[in-house]
Amino acid sequence: MTQTMKIVSVAAVLVVLAVIVPHSSSFVVLLTTRAMCFAILAMSVDLLLGFTGLSSMGQAAYFGVGAYLTAILAAKFHFGLGWDFWLVVLMGMAIGAALAALFGLFAIRASGVYFLMITLALGQCVWGLAYRWNSLTGGDNGINVTNRPNFGLDLTNERTFFFLVFAFFAASLILLYILVRSPFGRSLEGIRERELRMQILGYNTWLHKYIAFIIAGAFGGLAGVLWAHTNGLISPETVVLTTSVDSLLMVVLGGAGTLVGAAIGSGIVFALREYLSTLVPWWQYALGGVYVLTILYLPTGLMGFPARLRQIRGASTKNPSKSGDAKKLASAPS
Amino acid sequence: MNTQFWVIQAFNGVSYGALLFLVGSGLSLIFGVMRIVNLSHGAYFLWGGYIALSVIAATGSWALSIPVAALAVALIGIAMERLFLRSEGFEYLRNGVIGLGLGVMVALAVTAAWPHFIGGGWAQFGAVTVVAAIAAYFALSRISLVPIDNDVLRQVLLTVGFAFLFQQGALDIWGGNNMDITPPAVLSRSVVIGGIYFPAYRIFMIALAVAIGAVLWLVMERTRMGAAVRATVDDAQMARGVGIDTNRVSMFVFALGAFLAAIGGVTGGAFLGIYPGLDFEMLPLAFAVVIIGGMGSLGGAAIGALAVGLADNFGKALFPEVSYFTLYAPMVLILAIKPTGLFGRE
Amino acid sequence: MTSRLPRKLNPLLLGSALALGLSLASNAQAEELRIGFIAPVTGIFAQIGKDMTDGFQLYLDQHGGKLGGADVKFIVEDDQGKPDTGVIKAKKLILQDKVNMFIGGLLASTGYALAPVSTAEKTLYISSISSADDLTQRQLDKYPYFARTSWTSSQPEQPLGQWACDQGYKKVVTIAADYAFGYESVGGFQKVFEDCGGKVIQKIWPPLGTKDFGPYIPNIKADADAIFSLMVGPMALQFPKQLRAAGIKKPITAGGTSYDEFVLPFMGDEVIGDVSALHYSAAIETPANEAFVKAYRTKYGKVPSYYSENNYTTAMWLDEAMKQAGGKYPGPEKFIKIMEGIKLDAPRGPVRMDDMRNPIENVYIKKVEKKKMFGYDKAELWNTVIKTYPAVSQFWTYGKEKFLKQPVYSRDFPACKYCE
Repeated sequence: MTQTMKIVSVAAVLVVLAVIVPHSSSFVVLLTTRAMCFAILAMSVDLLLGFTGLSSMGQAAYFGVGAYLTAILAAKFHFGLGWDFWLVVLMGMAIGAALAALFGLFAIRASGVYFLMITLALGQCVWGLAYRWNSLTGGDNGINVTNRPNFGLDLTNERTFFFLVFAFFAASLILLYILVRSPFGRSLEGIRERELRMQILGYNTWLHKYIAFIIAGAFGGLAGVLWAHTNGLISPETVVLTTSVDSLLMVVLGGAGTLVGAAIGSGIVFALREYLSTLVPWWQYALGGVYVLTILYLPTGLMGFPARLRQIRGASTKNPSKSGDAKKLASAPS
Repeated sequence: MNTQFWVIQAFNGVSYGALLFLVGSGLSLIFGVMRIVNLSHGAYFLWGGYIALSVIAATGSWALSIPVAALAVALIGIAMERLFLRSEGFEYLRNGVIGLGLGVMVALAVTAAWPHFIGGGWAQFGAVTVVAAIAAYFALSRISLVPIDNDVLRQVLLTVGFAFLFQQGALDIWGGNNMDITPPAVLSRSVVIGGIYFPAYRIFMIALAVAIGAVLWLVMERTRMGAAVRATVDDAQMARGVGIDTNRVSMFVFALGAFLAAIGGVTGGAFLGIYPGLDFEMLPLAFAVVIIGGMGSLGGAAIGALAVGLADNFGKALFPEVSYFTLYAPMVLILAIKPTGLFGRE
Repeated sequence: MTSRLPRKLNPLLLGSALALGLSLASNAQAEELRIGFIAPVTGIFAQIGKDMTDGFQLYLDQHGGKLGGADVKFIVEDDQGKPDTGVIKAKKLILQDKVNMFIGGLLASTGYALAPVSTAEKTLYISSISSADDLTQRQLDKYPYFARTSWTSSQPEQPLGQWACDQGYKKVVTIAADYAFGYESVGGFQKVFEDCGGKVIQKIWPPLGTKDFGPYIPNIKADADAIFSLMVGPMALQFPKQLRAAGIKKPITAGGTSYDEFVLPFMGDEVIGDVSALHYSAAIETPANEAFVKAYRTKYGKVPSYYSENNYTTAMWLDEAMKQAGGKYPGPEKFIKIMEGIKLDAPRGPVRMDDMRNPIENVYIKKVEKKKMFGYDKAELWNTVIKTYPAVSQFWTYGKEKFLKQPVYSRDFPACKYCE
């Protein structure tokens, strides 16, 4: 597929989504809204993982501060419930970015699995504060956000709110897409492929990674702001390790380095966890199974499925046993 | 806050650290050799405890439960490492296991969708499972695995997938009651020294950790396998170059790590209880140990465990509002100064 | 699998096929009573969820699947022990399954999260476990479609404060899980205990989920006469054990969850003699309770906990209300009115609702004993009732007006006047 075709098809899917979902049952609207919040978070992880080669295991931290900020302002100060909601959006992104700027100072030096560990530790710091700083965060009880903003649009209506989140989701997708297609995004990909070469070429790779980290933090904060109003309850559960791991898995499930894949991954995880769980009690096996199988057989995620299918077909006609193609795919950017 | 307070708090911190050493050392070794972060490690801890409970229920012997649980979990570890974290070999077995899993799930799905078709009979359920499993097996045989051996992120995420599966599996096998392992009566007493009560069980944990640490150290320093492990931790490529079978080393270490985690689960079970969710509670603590001590270093794990045990204990006793922060913030600082931890090597 | 699942999920993404399925489902049978039940089926609280569901199910099974003559469609949804998932599942039950009412919710925070859903969707919500005080106190007017068949957190602890004072305890240290349920329990105990002349001299708040009490036990003041503990789940197993191992032999008076039948079978003999207060004990010696315990144990292989009993009684309550409504669900307002007029003889004893839609019920002061009961041939730990406070209201003896003037019990209320 050419690039234009890809863009057109993604746009088409978005339009279909925006048209059909509001007409389906309220439960589907609700689930889609939630999945889209996480899709923004997953895309921010993808910016790091798929485009910069940094596997962040602490993205829940930025998500968490954005969410807690919104919740605390709304619950304690009744701020951000009118037009000032847009101010909260900016503040949420800013606080996510600021935290990332702080954490980045610690984390960016490390690479590979050490980066993973240090981001994990940083994420746990935020969790520790959320859990124990009772006077600010309400501790284990969390904070209830009972009112949604109302600025002419009544966002308590789930369908109206769906459109708001959808707009943020689409905007984030477009912005991040522009970012990764920009020269800056290109040099990030260069760093992912071979950092040393970029350094020799005169790029300040640290700064590039740092900026990408901050941008990811900002989008994480944005996702958090939306989540606070979507979910209505912010508790330490929001910032636990599993939230970070989930967002990483969503990216890998859908396909790293594709942005859209992150959104698809988010959709699937929510479908399994919140829809399949209404049907059967063994949904967790399905979720675990999907993870295991995707990672074993589809390292490029579901977005890489067509390519993988072609490859398997090609392999089975040419050479029924193991093929060199598989290796090539594994070394391809994932 | 008198001397007594400080003595007892330090003692508590050290004994907690002893438990953390058992969990952390295995995680650290696995990391050192394979460069992967095993997120199923908490599940090994939990399964160790549950298997011990089953052994105790069946035989009544607490002493027997420790080796049985540890060996059983070590086998689980080996199976996981051989079948899923390596792509070479055991293809038939892997396809068989996945096929069977898929088969059961298909049968469950059929049961949920068309209950009349299955009719609650085990025979029908089994038949659907077998048919689906065979179909899945042949389908899988046609697709080759994409090599995973050198792909750290995929390995890590794979262990997450397994952590979820283990969690649900434990819930289905042992139920969700909060259980407790009862050690022999002699360990439930306390030793009184200078008016301070020292629970015998905590002393036992410290002794056990010291004993296991000593054995581990001897194995690492004095045996061929230990030398091979150390060489692999230092430089896997070089180790392969001089003829060390790193493949076998990694299997050994994975089994050992699981073994230690399970021992931790059994000893910890009498101290923390055994209940669903324990796996993901222990995991971050084990990480803290490994991160502070340095990954792949046994001595580091010991220091890390002690540091985390004490920081956690004194943090909670002295600064309850920020107690978890006092645990993770020093960790970040150490990492910021030395990304490989105190005793880790690049 | 990977290839099949996404295809299966496509309809979800597009929504249309699903919407079709839903409209089909909602047309089915309008005469039956549709009950949604929210409880953890997976995750760390799965077993409690099972106890809750089993209790309700037992009553249904004993009555041919009918309540008040109406066929019951009983739909259990898994909230995974998370309040926000509970909200999602409640909306699913209301919007997709068109339930007449939804029941359940385990955690206090789940109760707080679900009550607004009942208001927004104008659907009856019956809280059968969740005990957050304010839902039936200062916040009740926000939730006209809400009723409770269980208890408030402070309800059994207030009599316990009186009992502790009557025992001659002068100074008590409280140690309780650091969250709302802990605050409300401690608050209720402290208020009554101090009004009677006792002194709470120290309050310790270990985080929810603490198992290693090493950091906290040495802090307990030596001059206390007794310890009030409030533990939940796995905490309950470890605290008494570690306290005794540390050489502290002070009597324990505890909140109900520290020794309820959910944790008791897994405890060691060191808890014998510990005292706790709750609105249910499996060891209540009445024919109604004996029959319930036996039926439950035969069917599910374990002694019922208050999680089971409260849901059993909830089903009983609904049965009676449906009978009085003539077997047809009359809508939430009317149904609540009917429920308010009902007096039940439940396994836990006589129960009725106060005008704030919270039960008035007996509170039992219980002592752990090892003995044989109800003809079972093994000696087991039981919560023997040593004193019954009959017909206890959530306002204790303070009276509604006076009680509601004070703030909700919290970490800082009542203030710890005698702490140093």
